[in-house]
Amino acid sequence: MTGTNPKIVVISAGLGQPSTTRMLADRLAEAAKRRLRELGAGASVDTYELRGLAHQVTDAMLTGFAGPDLQTVLTAVEDADALIVVTPTFQGSYGGLFKSFMDVVDAEALIGTPVVVAATGGSARHSLVLDHALRPLFTYLQALVVPTGVFAGPGDWGDAGDGSRGLAERVDQSAGELASLLAGAGTGRRREDEFDMDTDSMLAASRP
Amino acid sequence: MQIGIFSVGDLTVDPTNGREPTEHERIKAMVTIAKKAEEVGLDVFATGEHHNPPFVAPANPTVLLAHIAAQTERLILSTSTTLITTNDPVRLAEDYAYLQHLADGRVDLMMGRGNTAPVYPWFGKDIAQGLSLAIENYHLLHKLWRETDVDWEGRFRTPLTAFTSTPRPLDDVPPFVWHGSIRSPEIAEQAAFYGDGFFANNIFWPKEHYIRLINLYRERFAHYGHGTPEQAIVGLGGQVFMRKNSQDAVDEFRPYFDNAPVYGHGPSLEDFTAQTPLTVGSPQEVIEKTLTFREFFGDYQRQLFLMDHAGLPLKTVLEQLDLLGEEVVPVLREEFAKRTPAGVPDAPTHAGLLAARDAEQKEATV
Repeated sequence: MTGTNPKIVVISAGLGQPSTTRMLADRLAEAAKRRLRELGAGASVDTYELRGLAHQVTDAMLTGFAGPDLQTVLTAVEDADALIVVTPTFQGSYGGLFKSFMDVVDAEALIGTPVVVAATGGSARHSLVLDHALRPLFTYLQALVVPTGVFAGPGDWGDAGDGSRGLAERVDQSAGELASLLAGAGTGRRREDEFDMDTDSMLAASRP
Repeated sequence: MQIGIFSVGDLTVDPTNGREPTEHERIKAMVTIAKKAEEVGLDVFATGEHHNPPFVAPANPTVLLAHIAAQTERLILSTSTTLITTNDPVRLAEDYAYLQHLADGRVDLMMGRGNTAPVYPWFGKDIAQGLSLAIENYHLLHKLWRETDVDWEGRFRTPLTAFTSTPRPLDDVPPFVWHGSIRSPEIAEQAAFYGDGFFANNIFWPKEHYIRLINLYRERFAHYGHGTPEQAIVGLGGQVFMRKNSQDAVDEFRPYFDNAPVYGHGPSLEDFTAQTPLTVGSPQEVIEKTLTFREFFGDYQRQLFLMDHAGLPLKTVLEQLDLLGEEVVPVLREEFAKRTPAGVPDAPTHAGLLAARDAEQKEATV
């Protein structure tokens, strides 16, 4: 357990106001808190919307450093014990703002971090965005993506005859997997353990 | 405190008129700029090393620096940076020692790994080995300047047996070396290990990033027994554009900023000046901002400004150097002198290193 009060950071990459992406993010955040409580742990949850950071994300791609608001979010992501990410699906993949944000996250920031991947989209046919776009991205970043991803299509938000209960169950299942990881020993890997200064070869050289 | 300028020799279109200087014009302009630096009383001129357009910085900086040395009297000539990764350290030992003789000791250099990935394969090197190359190559260079009849074997170049690099360094005092880094703690560590200087580029990014690197370097400098952390030799970059009136500076520089290589088409000039050391304004504003650097980084020995990039015409650059020399540098020197506590060393010079070496030898024979 990463302390009894793990820090969960939620990233919502929705562009609309209001945003179904944010709605899904909030449901996942609530479910994670509930499932951690059931396991006897608290949690601090901070949710960040990327929409207001769009300009700073672009600037950071061009300059290589983050403006103050973006830096706050990047630091939160680096310090997080777990991450919940929710993106809209555009042109069959994660949104460009979401990917641009991930591109300015330090490549080592998420080593060993449990992650819930979730997405919204205009049709249930987009649900593979979870496994074909989001999962490989976080695998590259050496994060641990929980087995259940959550995709919400239009039918999931009302009574389309089959969807609404299903979404709640998927949210709960995914959040449960995250809580369970946080309440256990996690992945056993943290970025801090892997910072290695290349001093050995210098020390091996004869003293000047 | 040494104050000077450094240049990457970029060939950039002037966004105000669409004109791009020819390579020849820009090369000659760099010589003019260096001579102007001496004329207005600056201490240092440093040139980058480049192997690709759109840059005219020399592939071998000693060519340009020797030419400038012949036309100047006091100016210290340096690099920003010399690629320690893809150059043969034997040639670096030979070429920079030769330059030392031509320039009567007015030479130091800054080692770096550069920022251009294809340079590695162009010179038959593997970029994945960048750090190892920097460490092994510098180790050999350091040795060649201090020992004769060197037997050496490493991973990256053919072994040497009974090799003596020529000419020997002037007065047997090797050029002082700075190690420049933008992001690598390993390079701060390397500088500390040898008791060399550490130069933080300090432009383009917020200061917090460089504070971490410089603090690490100071700590490790002390760890390796070269003195206290406060005695470590630190250099910083800076970037300024000045006019008598602050608003004139902002109006004139904005198109250059908005179209500049590296940060153009990104953040606003206002955001960038708030978040990085870039100062666009009056000489007084430049003085004030530069004097804050020591509060963040500790007392330091060398301040280099980037003055001639982003397509600024030569005439403008020369005007900038006049302002720097007349209005900024005298005040900075005075203020730095007032604020620097005893025990913080001056920037190393050939004369200083020679005197220190002689004193050491005298002590040894007593």
